[in-house]
Amino acid sequence: MDQTQSKIKEFLSRFFKSHDLQPDEDIFSLGFVNSLLAMQLVAFVEKEFGISVGDEDLDLDNFRTINSIVRLVARKQGAAA
Amino acid sequence: MKLELNPQQRAAREEFRAFVAAEIAPHAGCWDRAAAIPMELVDRLRERGYLGSNVAAEYGGPGRDNVTYGLLTEEIAKGCSSVRSLLTVHDMVAHVIGRWGSPGQRERYLPAMARGEILGAFCLSEPNAGSDAKSVETVARDDGDAWVLDGRKKWTTFGQIAGLFLVLAQLEGKPTAFLVERDLPGVTVRPLSGVTGTRASMLAEIFFAGCRVPKENLIGKPGFGVSAVMSTALDHGRYSVAWGAVGLAQACLDASRAYAAERRQFGVPIADHQLVRRMLTNIIAEVRAARLLCLRAGWLRDTRDPGATGEIWVAKYFASTMATRAALDAVQIHGANGCSEDFPVERYLRDSRVLEIIEGSTQIQQITIPLFELQEL
Ligand SMILES: Cc1cc2nc3c(=O)[nH]c(=O)nc-3n(C[C@H](O)[C@H](O)[C@H](O)COP(=O)(O)OP(=O)(O)OC[C@H]3O[C@@H](n4cnc5c(N)ncnc54)[C@H](O)[C@@H]3O)c2cc1C
Repeated sequence: MDQTQSKIKEFLSRFFKSHDLQPDEDIFSLGFVNSLLAMQLVAFVEKEFGISVGDEDLDLDNFRTINSIVRLVARKQGAAA
Repeated sequence: MKLELNPQQRAAREEFRAFVAAEIAPHAGCWDRAAAIPMELVDRLRERGYLGSNVAAEYGGPGRDNVTYGLLTEEIAKGCSSVRSLLTVHDMVAHVIGRWGSPGQRERYLPAMARGEILGAFCLSEPNAGSDAKSVETVARDDGDAWVLDGRKKWTTFGQIAGLFLVLAQLEGKPTAFLVERDLPGVTVRPLSGVTGTRASMLAEIFFAGCRVPKENLIGKPGFGVSAVMSTALDHGRYSVAWGAVGLAQACLDASRAYAAERRQFGVPIADHQLVRRMLTNIIAEVRAARLLCLRAGWLRDTRDPGATGEIWVAKYFASTMATRAALDAVQIHGANGCSEDFPVERYLRDSRVLEIIEGSTQIQQITIPLFELQEL
């Protein structure tokens, strides 16, 4: 598991404590994702990875799994470089 | 840990205080009775750069840090909660455009909002939808080159004078947000009067009848109207209202302290009666606690901490309920004079009621705040 992946997993695990979240597991299917978590998740990826999530990124598929968030971060970091 | 204002923040607070003492506090009672603020005041706020505080420098805004912004809000609210509510709603809309607006939307609206040339208003509530935001009945449909909006919004703060409405509507059953300019055909604004508190906040009902909104004015994405757009606006609104509550309670304290020192009963100033002191003590302690919560929330916002959202909920909950207690005690300390419009505490009590209803009622806060803790168990 690379660093980005493990940081995202660590953040999300705070919300899914009793569950060992897998990299391709759909977090929305687990329930529990509400707008509070969504706002914190966006703030987390922005701060942790120095990216800025914009309106073009508002797509549930960008946040569905740990790996999809990893891909979003990589894409944004690539675009900023 | 060092929790103190830096020299720039202290200087800014002095500037805000002087402005409010000269331009706002002496007139607030009069505006409350007239149920309006004068346009000259809006000009003064524009000249000072007090509207659009949170617009980034690249769009011509002052880009105030969140703590300084909080201090501005507190000071304005000490003078007049209606004026504070102008800053709240205008900045909520600017905040959302800065956060989720397309490059075109940012270019078009933010410089004008930073200059205060366009005032923003927040249109979520309707006759049948308040706390349950997702249940709004205003509808939008795709009609080729435009979105067509039909519906009705209620309780829109400063709707009477705003030029840009952030509107939540259902697009094919999905909550979606739109930026609607006031002078579009199909928009009608009807002033709403007779509210208990923040009476000068120039509320309106806004009607949309076959209103054609340009395609580029959808903000965010379809279906993200609540989870991203309105949540972001309300996050800012709650932060602003929390500081507004601190300002209101501080005004209650200032008025009560002065009155208790001057008013004599049983041969001594009423401040010498222990039960009066007890009320003063409660206000003193609670207003300080609320201010600390707000400062912490501001600091978390400035450091872009993901925990800021939760902290803002707590600050708004504590500060707004505290403001009600402070205003009740302030009226009690003033006796019959506290029930008279000749004394500002009468207005403060009415204004405090509103703070527990807007940006998530006290009950919604009570339901939501434990989620932040519970979801981390
Ligand atoms: C002065 C003023 C200015 C305003 N400005 C604006 C504005 O600019 N823009 C805008 O969109 N709106 C505005 N509003 C409206 C405000 O946002 C709503 O009043 C608020 O969201 C509450 O909605 P409601 O009044 O429909 O009450 P309701 O949602 O009908 O609630 C009524 C009562 O039921 C309680 N309740 C509701 N749901 C629950 C629940 N699940 N569990 C427990 N209790 C619950 C509430 O706490 C409240 O006590 C303003 C209101 C006022 C008074």
